[in-house]
Amino acid sequence: MNLLGHALEHYVALSAVLFAIGAIGFLVRRNLLIQLMCVELMLNAVNLSLVAFNRVHSSDGNGQAFAFFVIAIAAAEAAVGLSIALGFFRLRNSVHSDDADTLRH
Amino acid sequence: MTLVGNLYFALCAAACLAGALVTVFSRNPIRSVLGLLLTVVSIAGLYLSLHAQFLAAIQLMVYAGAVVVLFLFVIILLGSDATDPGGPSKVPVVRFVGGGLMAFLFVAAGGLFSSSFLYNATAFRPAPAELGTVAGVGTQLFQRAIIPFELATALLIVAVVGAIAVARHRRTTPVVTEDDNETRRLFKGPVHPRDAGHSLAKESAR
Repeated sequence: MNLLGHALEHYVALSAVLFAIGAIGFLVRRNLLIQLMCVELMLNAVNLSLVAFNRVHSSDGNGQAFAFFVIAIAAAEAAVGLSIALGFFRLRNSVHSDDADTLRH
Repeated sequence: MTLVGNLYFALCAAACLAGALVTVFSRNPIRSVLGLLLTVVSIAGLYLSLHAQFLAAIQLMVYAGAVVVLFLFVIILLGSDATDPGGPSKVPVVRFVGGGLMAFLFVAAGGLFSSSFLYNATAFRPAPAELGTVAGVGTQLFQRAIIPFELATALLIVAVVGAIAVARHRRTTPVVTEDDNETRRLFKGPVHPRDAGHSLAKESAR
């Protein structure tokens, strides 16, 4: 038996629950900004499991380097996603993602 | 030492889950952003316990310092329009899919968590000293991952330019600058107040 926080399983279970909460939020909420935040939650959960697995296979820092790239791409995603949300708000005067139902202006 | 580590993990995990739940289920987007901030900071704390000091610092700088603040700025910019109008989604199937996914992943996570107490779990062995330090991650990034690293810089530049191009305010209707005074339009200069009143058309007709 292992104490809490000294085994891989605890981190992976936490990461799975965090990913589930993010996925649920992305599916259930209809606010574009909160959906973007849920994407960030899911990326954070993936990062946590990457770093935890790297702690077990610690001969090189491959997992941490991968998590570094995920953070960089998440930052780019947040910038582009928020600017798209702003553009959508200008067009429709709403941040409700159900309003995004046409392919034209 | 182990008890302290025990409490530290429990505290960080509880803060992380509480922040995530506040993010998802709060009506007010400002509260959602603050929940995301709590999650991000507690995940940085978990990185510290996983021998990832450099990544913890990056997490605090990039997420807490940049991404969360960007979300906050956008919500402040949109004002009260950013709040959820409420009501269920027009697409009812997502709630069943969401509930099923949540139940499945919670059961899986619970099984994993409890199995670590029953079996011999994957315990952490002592890590090499350079794991997670600036030198260790830097060596990894600049030796084995140098091409992805350079591609990531290109991606960030493209994303910044694209974000500016999308978010910039474009005027859809041209502004009417035409002057309806015919005299002023012909001479394109300051007109004497005596001539400003009548047009040249009248003079030629006379």
